[in-house]
Amino acid sequence: MSVITYRQALRDTLRAEMVRDENVFVMGEEIGLFEGSYKITEGLLKEFGPRRVRDTPIAEEGFVGAAVGAAMLGLRPVVEIMTINFSLIAIDQIINHAAKIYGMFGGQTSVPMVIRTPGGGGQQLGATHSQNIELFYSFVPGLKVLAPSTPAEASAMLRAAIRDDDPVLLLENLGLYNSKGEVPDDYAEPSNDDVATIGRAKVTREGSDITLIGYSRMAMVATQVAEQLAEEDIDVEVVDLRSLRPLDRQTFVDSVKKTGAAVICEDDWLTYGIGAEIAASIQEGAFDYLDAPVRRVAMAEVPMPYAKPLETAALPSIESISTVIKETLSAVGKRVG
Amino acid sequence: MSEIQMPRLSDTMEEGVISTWVKNVGDKVTSGDVLVEIETDKAVMEYEAYEDGYLVKQTVSEGETVPIGAVIGVIADSPDAVPEDSGAGDADEPEPDKEEQAEKAEEITEAAEGSEAERTSAAPEPAEDGPRPRTSPLARRLAREYGLDITKIKGSGPKGRIVRADIEAARERGTEETEHAVEAKEEAKPSAERAVSAPAFDDGRDSEELQVSNVRKVIARRLTESKQTVPHFYLRRTIDAEALRAFRSQINGQLESTGVKVSFNDLIVKASATALKLHPAVNTSWVDGRLLRHHRINVGVAVAVESGLVVPVLHDTDKATLSEISTRTRDLAGKARDGKLKPQEMSGGTFSVSNLGMFGVDSFSAVINPPEAAILAVGAMRQEPVVVDGEVVVRNRIALELSVDHRAVDGAVGAAFLKDLAEILEEPMRIIL
Repeated sequence: MSVITYRQALRDTLRAEMVRDENVFVMGEEIGLFEGSYKITEGLLKEFGPRRVRDTPIAEEGFVGAAVGAAMLGLRPVVEIMTINFSLIAIDQIINHAAKIYGMFGGQTSVPMVIRTPGGGGQQLGATHSQNIELFYSFVPGLKVLAPSTPAEASAMLRAAIRDDDPVLLLENLGLYNSKGEVPDDYAEPSNDDVATIGRAKVTREGSDITLIGYSRMAMVATQVAEQLAEEDIDVEVVDLRSLRPLDRQTFVDSVKKTGAAVICEDDWLTYGIGAEIAASIQEGAFDYLDAPVRRVAMAEVPMPYAKPLETAALPSIESISTVIKETLSAVGKRVG
Repeated sequence: MSEIQMPRLSDTMEEGVISTWVKNVGDKVTSGDVLVEIETDKAVMEYEAYEDGYLVKQTVSEGETVPIGAVIGVIADSPDAVPEDSGAGDADEPEPDKEEQAEKAEEITEAAEGSEAERTSAAPEPAEDGPRPRTSPLARRLAREYGLDITKIKGSGPKGRIVRADIEAARERGTEETEHAVEAKEEAKPSAERAVSAPAFDDGRDSEELQVSNVRKVIARRLTESKQTVPHFYLRRTIDAEALRAFRSQINGQLESTGVKVSFNDLIVKASATALKLHPAVNTSWVDGRLLRHHRINVGVAVAVESGLVVPVLHDTDKATLSEISTRTRDLAGKARDGKLKPQEMSGGTFSVSNLGMFGVDSFSAVINPPEAAILAVGAMRQEPVVVDGEVVVRNRIALELSVDHRAVDGAVGAAFLKDLAEILEEPMRIIL
């Protein structure tokens, strides 16, 4: 085991996959000469040349559309959209083309492409560059949406996304790129076949008092919340959703059946958000096991402010999540510190 | 807080007189407790509380007459609750419902920033029959699994919501109380049986919950109370029914033109009344540490109806003729089957007869119907070999079993009564003497 950053896990895995399969190529804005706005494509142009590492114009609809076509003809494009906010320009290509072609044309061709794109606020990038709109894609059948929260998961999920025959959106997070974690020693080997199973959530920390559910950056925050509350003798079980579509309801429903209470934390907006789907699934699957209403902690319902104190206030925090957990636990008569 | 209204205790009742307040202001009231005695156009009847709480107000004082529906008192959760003044007969029910609905809606949206429209759509349907206790789904499921009555459990969650912790605590208390009994029972059971004896109420696959009628609730409550609080003892005696058969044929022959047909049960009911007249010590009730001797002999006849068991009462059984008893019993049993028995036709019993002979039951032990002191269980008439004058002969016989409340009647007294009853039935002319 070695400890590396989320960024390096992605970069090295991408390189390994390019070595393994010459049909894999990358495309996006400033990914070649500049080596990527977040340095995920560092060194790739030098190693693989401009045929497989293609800088594109600032034209998301165009290069995502080009990737759909390339995938239909047998290549395995990995498109970088600089942030998920810019995917809005390409949303027709993603939803009306990438997601539909396999089904609409009788399975004549699949679309084995990957869109890598980071979400996440908290970087003072303003209202248009700080959104978490993965919900738009998680909503659409025909797409797969993965949301790794650790370097090891990022590596295994990127590998799975590239090898999957359907269009996959890999949700990265600006706040996670510098986070560190253990990865297997051979994570960067082209021969590594450790492919994440798409559509599986995971209990990342076992606990008995309450289930805390998150994904991407909020899965990491959830773990921090659990560790902090453990010092107050509150035993939190953490579920990392990992895959937003397909959604693994079984794992979190089973967890709630065990604990009897659930809190969902999400970086997106509360109303109609991912958490709403999770909460609905919990009441469908574990109604008779709920001892308290399911609560959600989400971003404030505002366009993200630029000012740092306001931005911080708008996002869920360890404190706001802890407060809601304690409120829920006191509602079911559990002693809270 | 809920208002108690003057109930309609008979079909013909229009107003009632508060005869006696059994509960005083400030008294704790448990569902089933007698609150007040009400005099109707027919009788004085006990009126029970339907909920737990404290009697905080008597709106109508003893001796006063008010129409049906008028508020006669108020029950509240706390003894200090101050009831608002409300005129007699006021019917303002929707108020609490609305409040509760709003509260529920509020609770649902308290985590979110619900708009008015969302709040309305998120509000659950109001409960149909009275306020339902706030409970978490988990608490409801556990209460079902543990066989606990959730309405008897106090909630510690927000707005009194009953949560898992409350159910576990209630179960703990219940377990402590019955621990020894359960342990003893478990030990006696073979382990295989124990493994399958756990109630399987989880999802309706193995068991389903049925609607419980009021009759069944009353049966459950009264018979539990009887078996738990009345020390029963049992006296058994088999009678020779040859003379009774002959007597019945003779009577029915004489009554043929009237259309009345006297049954064996009618004869036993009448014989019981005759025997009770000889043994007034059995025609008694032990009530709250007091022994009451009843001057009237009112024999109840257990009747099985679709909704359960009812016991219509033949008032002044001792004064009725056999044909009257036959006619009245048939009439009451018919009403019982149609659910048309009036309360006064089911109250005032001083002794009961339960006959399962028609089902071929040899003999059985009946549960006393409080506050009566005894009940007679009658088995089937059977041909049996018996020794008469040194010869084995076949005779028709009936097994009787008398269940007696030992608080009111001692063994020898009960035995003397049963002896006379048996002898009357064996010399049936005495029934009508």
